[in-house]
Amino acid sequence: MEIENTALAGTLESSDIQIMISKGDGKITIELESDVKKEFGDEIESVIKQTLAASNIESAKVKAVDKGALNCVIRARTLTAANRALGIADKPSWEVL
Amino acid sequence: MVFYLDNNVKRSLPDDLMNKLGYQPYKSTQIENKEVSRATHKVAISTGDNKVSNSIKEIVANNVKDGMTISFHHHFREGDFVFNLVMQEIMDQGIKDLTLAPSSLTNVMNNMVVKAIKAGTVTNITSSGMRGSLGDAVSHGALANPVIFRSHGNRARAIEQGDIKIDVAFLGVPNSDRLGNANGMDGKAVFGSLGYALMDAQYANKVVLLTDNLVPYPNTPASINQTQVDYVVQIDKVGDPEKIGSGATRFTKDPKELKIAAMVNEVITHSPYFKDGFSFQTGSGGAALAVTRYLRESMKNSNIRASFALGGITKPTIDLLEEGLVDKVMDVQDFDKGAAESMHTSRNQQEIDASWYADPYNKGAMVDQLDVVILSALEIDTKFNVNVMTGSDGVIRGAIGGHQDAATGKLTIISAPLVRGRIATIVPEVTTVVTPGDSIDVLVTEVGIAINPKRADLIEAMKKVPGVPVFTIADLQKRASEIVGTPKPIEYTDRTVALVEYRDGTIIDSIKQVKD
Amino acid sequence: MAENTEERLRRTMMFVPGNNPAMLKDAGIYGADSIMFDLEDAVSLAEKDAARILVYEALTTQNYGDAELVVRINGLDTPFWENDVTAMVKAGIEVIRLPKTESASMLEQLENKIIEVENNFGIPVGTTHMMAAIESAKGVLNAVEIANASDRMIGIALSAEDYTTDLKTHRYADGKELEFARNMILNAARSAEIAAFDTVFSNVDDVEGFMRETNFVHQLGFDGKSLVNPRQIPMVNEVYAPTRKEILHAKSVLAAIEDARIKGSGVISMNGQMVDRPVALRAQRVMKLAKASGLVDEDGVLLG
Repeated sequence: MEIENTALAGTLESSDIQIMISKGDGKITIELESDVKKEFGDEIESVIKQTLAASNIESAKVKAVDKGALNCVIRARTLTAANRALGIADKPSWEVL
Repeated sequence: MVFYLDNNVKRSLPDDLMNKLGYQPYKSTQIENKEVSRATHKVAISTGDNKVSNSIKEIVANNVKDGMTISFHHHFREGDFVFNLVMQEIMDQGIKDLTLAPSSLTNVMNNMVVKAIKAGTVTNITSSGMRGSLGDAVSHGALANPVIFRSHGNRARAIEQGDIKIDVAFLGVPNSDRLGNANGMDGKAVFGSLGYALMDAQYANKVVLLTDNLVPYPNTPASINQTQVDYVVQIDKVGDPEKIGSGATRFTKDPKELKIAAMVNEVITHSPYFKDGFSFQTGSGGAALAVTRYLRESMKNSNIRASFALGGITKPTIDLLEEGLVDKVMDVQDFDKGAAESMHTSRNQQEIDASWYADPYNKGAMVDQLDVVILSALEIDTKFNVNVMTGSDGVIRGAIGGHQDAATGKLTIISAPLVRGRIATIVPEVTTVVTPGDSIDVLVTEVGIAINPKRADLIEAMKKVPGVPVFTIADLQKRASEIVGTPKPIEYTDRTVALVEYRDGTIIDSIKQVKD
Repeated sequence: MAENTEERLRRTMMFVPGNNPAMLKDAGIYGADSIMFDLEDAVSLAEKDAARILVYEALTTQNYGDAELVVRINGLDTPFWENDVTAMVKAGIEVIRLPKTESASMLEQLENKIIEVENNFGIPVGTTHMMAAIESAKGVLNAVEIANASDRMIGIALSAEDYTTDLKTHRYADGKELEFARNMILNAARSAEIAAFDTVFSNVDDVEGFMRETNFVHQLGFDGKSLVNPRQIPMVNEVYAPTRKEILHAKSVLAAIEDARIKGSGVISMNGQMVDRPVALRAQRVMKLAKASGLVDEDGVLLG
């Protein structure tokens, strides 16, 4: 799936993560800001990558501002942002959930 | 190559530093009954007629020399103006190699201390704790010598034993007369009890009071008195009254904190200690205040009075005093204006110094008489060891306060959520051991409690308390880790940036420089 | 009526905003009998997709203990409800709560969608339960057909804010304006042998008003209340907790039943009085409440 538009999901509230997805340059690049980056930075990036891979997205620029989100929240916000960027928020692919 | 030796909480300590500084590793929470000697200090004889000065510059120039130990108190908390004023003057005069020995360091002092370290003005620090930019700087190796962290009771011990020899104490007070009779209750920037500063006033070679409120002689009631004071310096403002209160003195509406508080209260009321004449320490913070309120209801319903409440005092504790539910308040510091002001009117609110409060090396401290104490934790591990000093990233961001001291109470309860954000509070091993698990009895979380296996009596007493599920601490740790996942281990360098003393002056843990 | 659900305690149904990660994380710790994740009023139009996915992820990963898990989907008059049903049924939600229910045919429409999704994802048809929120005069008048609309139904709930607006009144402290609706809904629920939930009480700080209302609906016979704040949970449980006397009585009733069973006696009597089915059922319910309230242990022994 090709990302053409920039889309945002999530908030800057505690326990949330804000994900911005935009057109990539052939691979997944992640810019992560997090108070727990030392402890969980690798895991957060890996959850984002797995979620995008499940949606068959191989190229995207991701900017993530994490406020201590759990993995389930990271997955949800990444998927929401991806669906929005792909223009399928109203008719999502249910297999990906 | 650095060698390490293990202490009795299984922490590796840097052998070379321990030897160099003459330290013993932590052994036990038991304090040996032995005879000790008290340190002496110098007294500059005077009739007291020429103590008043308007020039902090002159006082510093005449009294502070390279290599000295200087001290401050932290009773003004985030509203402190004294520390930065004095430190700036000391730096301006190019004085070097000082040991900074305040009762604690608050955030408002951080930038000044970092600056003083960089300038070589400060080369040693001992404190109850540090946070923010200062904790960050120290954890990244800003200071060549290790910081020594001491509890409030241990600081009193160290001063009395001469481990800390204060050359000059700079003590801000909201009032003083021209000879140095002063208290913490009158004036603009009032904070109530002078508990921690009383140690400095008694043992420092030189005592400099700074005040914005010079009152007629003789000033009573005097907590610090004229026999102890060398100088009285008049300055514009000692502190910002708005920022002295710790802020966290409002009753919480957070349902999770309330749930924990209600469960803490169940544990207290179902323990063998909840009977007429019991004593307690609850501390500050939203959850602690909620406990005080629940406890009040339970005491009223069961017709039980407490003989005393101890430690850092808040208005809700004063309310109990006024309602006759508590007979005496033993007050080493006040966290809000309500508690500070009532010192004036209440004969039953006794100001106590840090030694009386918690010093293990005296003829009896209040904490040894304490039944129930509620403490917090940044982390607690499956051995019940508690960390209140470093974050999960290894960076210094806390203070011992009276934690180790009050934990000697008969029923020591740690109240803490399973997780905060994505950080587990209950962990396999704490980042830094501050208070040994041997002195912790019960952990209360939002999902239930865990009891130290050493307390079979409490395990029996809590078996069938409605709404208080009992788990093993390993179960709770597992549950926390299921929620947040497993963090990557912290990376440290070999260098020790701080040593944490136990209350008897042995070393319970060391803190390494973080790598990043 | 859905099978095997009639004995479940439903004293408290706690609302949790569907797009709030912090509240989703902690929803399980307050001991609510039911947790209702809200995709409807608590979520703005622009975030419907985000909340749906977030609740899906929470449901499939978080531990909510023994609580019954309910999702309030968006109304049938919105473009969101079908996606809501698809995601929630796939997540394995126990109960779907339909807002603004006015007729049995609305539940039929919902059920058809549920059946389609259950089939699509290989979930046994009939797994997902339903409940209806009644928020209008028409809904109140049709409460009986709504309550009896499907075997999947587990309860009906009064939603008083919209209902009082529909009646051209508003909520009063004494709740007299809700008298008819409450009795209608309660009796409709009982006719279908399903649960009846009272409306939310939104002023969290008015403890006295909340207790008055909860005592009143307890007296009427409601199973419990919908709640907006976890702080209200212990208060409801306190109202629904049986007294010591009630527990002792229930224990003797159950002992008499057991006694008769052992003796093989068809007629059960206690202190010379016959124990009939309603008395037995009430005794069972009292013991269940006593256990849930922590007043007796697993074996029915009184604590404290």
